[in-house]
Amino acid sequence: MRVLNQIIAVTTINLKSLPQRFWLSLSTVVAVTMVVMVLLSFLAMVAGFQRTIDGSGSDNIAILMRDGSQQELNSVVMLDQVRLVGEAPGLVRKPDGNAVMSAELYVIVDGIKRSTGLKSNLPMRGIGLDGAALRDGLAITRGRMFEPGSNEIVVGENLTREFKGFDLGSEIKLGTATWKVVGIFSMKGAVFESEIWGDVTVVQSMFRRGNSFQTIRVRLENDGAIEALRTYVENEPRLKLAVQSEKAFFAGQSSGTIRLVKGAGWPLAIAMAIGALAGALNTMYSSVATRSREIATLRCLGFGGFPSFMATLLESLVLSAIGGGLGALLTFLIFDGFSTSALGDGFTQIVFSFSLTPALVKQGITLAMLVGLIGGFFPALRAARLPIVAAYAQG
Amino acid sequence: MTALISIQGGAKRFVKGRETITIFDHLDMTIEQGDFIAIMGPSGSGKTTLLNLLGGIDRATAGSISFAGQRLDQMNEGQLSAWRAANVGFIFQFYNLMPALNAARNVELPLLLTSLGAGERKRRVETALKIVGLAERAKHFPREMSGGQQQRVAIARAIVADPRMLLCDEPTGDLDRKTADEILSMLQLLNKEMGKTIIMVTHDPEAARYASRVLHLDKGRFVEQVAA
Ligand SMILES: Nc1ncnc2c1ncn2[C@@H]1O[C@H](COP(=O)(O)OP(=O)(O)OP(=O)(O)O)[C@@H](O)[C@H]1O
Ligand SMILES: [Mg+2]
Repeated sequence: MRVLNQIIAVTTINLKSLPQRFWLSLSTVVAVTMVVMVLLSFLAMVAGFQRTIDGSGSDNIAILMRDGSQQELNSVVMLDQVRLVGEAPGLVRKPDGNAVMSAELYVIVDGIKRSTGLKSNLPMRGIGLDGAALRDGLAITRGRMFEPGSNEIVVGENLTREFKGFDLGSEIKLGTATWKVVGIFSMKGAVFESEIWGDVTVVQSMFRRGNSFQTIRVRLENDGAIEALRTYVENEPRLKLAVQSEKAFFAGQSSGTIRLVKGAGWPLAIAMAIGALAGALNTMYSSVATRSREIATLRCLGFGGFPSFMATLLESLVLSAIGGGLGALLTFLIFDGFSTSALGDGFTQIVFSFSLTPALVKQGITLAMLVGLIGGFFPALRAARLPIVAAYAQG
Repeated sequence: MTALISIQGGAKRFVKGRETITIFDHLDMTIEQGDFIAIMGPSGSGKTTLLNLLGGIDRATAGSISFAGQRLDQMNEGQLSAWRAANVGFIFQFYNLMPALNAARNVELPLLLTSLGAGERKRRVETALKIVGLAERAKHFPREMSGGQQQRVAIARAIVADPRMLLCDEPTGDLDRKTADEILSMLQLLNKEMGKTIIMVTHDPEAARYASRVLHLDKGRFVEQVAA
C-alpha cells in the first residue's frame, strides 16, 4: 500500500512533467506509431488476402487439371477427356443422368486500372452451362447471366470497381472480339469476383482455342467422393489429370503470395522497432537526466529507488502505448476495408480488402509495449541507482 | 542535554583517478538534542559533504556516525532510507519542490512513506502549511510562488513527518535579506518552540547569528565560536 502510494506519487510527478519533454517524448510516440502502422498494415493485408482465399473454394467441388500443372494457364484438357470425367463415380448428376460439370477455359486479357490508368492482366473465364451452379455463394447482383452462345459477359463486383469499362451495359473489346457486360456478380469476396465470365464455346472460338479446355469442375456427392473420383482418374490411362478440391486449389494458388507478404512484414516491422527502441532509450535516458534532481530529492525524503524505477518504466510504457494505440487507430482509419489487388501466383489480379482484426491489433500493441518495456527498463534502472547527492545540483 | 548525532573519527576521501582528495580526516563532532548549529567555512571546505554524511545520503570513508544510539554507518540503503524518512527533514538552497505538484502535494510527499491514511495526511499537511503561514496557498504550484514562499513550502515538507533533525544547506542562499530573515526566524521558531535540532550550512554571517552555535570548518578542522 505504502509502496503503491509512492509509485503513484512519483508516476504523477513524472507524467505531469511530460510537457517539459514534449518534443522528445513525441518523437518516441511517433516512432512507435510508425512501427505499429507498418506491422499492422502488412498483417491486415495478409489477413484480408487470407480471408479472400479462405472464402474461395468448397470441399464439394473438384477441379481437374493436367497432371503436373501448377496453374490453370499451363493446363490443357481435351474434349474426350471431359467426356470420360463425366462418367466418373461420386459426381452429382442431373435428372438426365449427366454429371453437373463445367469444362472451362481461362485466358488473360488486358484491363485498365481506374486508380492508376495502367494496363493490367485480367482473368477471363469461359464457363460451361453448369459453371454458375458450380460456384457456391454466387449471386448476380445487377443485370442477368449471359446467354449461352452469345458474346455476353458477366463480371465480378471487385473487378468493375477496380477496372475501367466493365460497367453494366457497356461494351468492351477483349482479345479480338467485342463483349457486352450484361451482369455483375458477387461471391462473398472470393477470387472469382475478380474475373470476367463468358460462355466457354464463345471464348474458345474468339481466342482460337479449338476444342481445348484447361480445367474441369464437377460437384461431388459428398466429402468422401473426391477419393472415388481420384481413384477413377488414376486408373484411366487416358486421363492424365490431377484432382483437387476447390478449396485446396485456392490455398495452393495463394500460399506463395501470403508467404511473401508475411515474410516482408515482420522483418520490416522488427527493423523499425529496433530503431524506435533506440529512440525510446534515448528519450527515457534524457527523461531520467532531466528528472535526476527530483528523483534524488525524493530519495533524500526517504523514498526508495523502486518507485522511481516504476515511474520511469511506466512513463516509457505510456508513451509507447499512446504510439501503439495511435498506430492501430491510423491503420484502421486508413486501411481497414481498403480494397486493393495483389498479383496472385497465377499472374492475375486478386482483389481483396485489408482486414484489421482485434487479434492483429493485439500483436501491434504487444510490439509497441515491448519497445516501451525495453526502452524504459534500462533508464529506469539508472533512475533507481541515481546518486542521492544529485539533489544538491542547481537548476 | 543529550547527544543527538555524533561523528567519531570521521573521514571523507574522494578518489579521482590516481589522486585521492581528503576533505577531512579524524573529524569528531557531537550535536546535542535541541541545538541550532550553523556550519560556516570557505567554499570547498566540505560543509555539504559533512551534511550529506549526517543526513545518511553519503557514506564516510572511515569513522562512525551515531544518531540517538543507532549507527548510521552500519545501516544498509533501505535502512538509511527509512531512517531518513522518520528522523530527517531536508531543506535545500534551491527548494527542490516538485514543479508538477501543488504546495499541498509537495508537503504530503514524506507522509506517503508512513502508514497514515489519506484523511490524516491531509490534516497534517494543513497543519504544516499553517505553521509556515501558507495555508491559503495549498493549491498553488511552485512556479506561482516567490522564492521565499517556495522555501516555506519546503520547510513545511521538512517538518510534516515530525522529524527530530532538520538539515539545511544554505537555505537562504537564493533569497534577499528580508526574505532570508523571515526564513531564519522561522527556523529559529521551529528550534525553540518545537525542539527541532537544526544543522544549517551557510555563508552568511547574518544567518549564522540565528544559530546557538557556529562551527567553522576549515582545512578539515572545526573552529568553534559561540554565537554572540
Ligand atoms: N563526488 C565528488 N567527487 C569528488 N570530489 C568531490 C565530490 N563531492 C565533493 N567533492 C569535493 O569535495 C570538496 C568539498 O565539497 P563540498 O561540496 O562539501 O564543499 P562545500 O563546503 O559545501 O562548498 P560550497 O560552500 O561551495 O558549497 C570540494 O573540493 C569538492 O570538489
Ligand atoms: Mg556546499
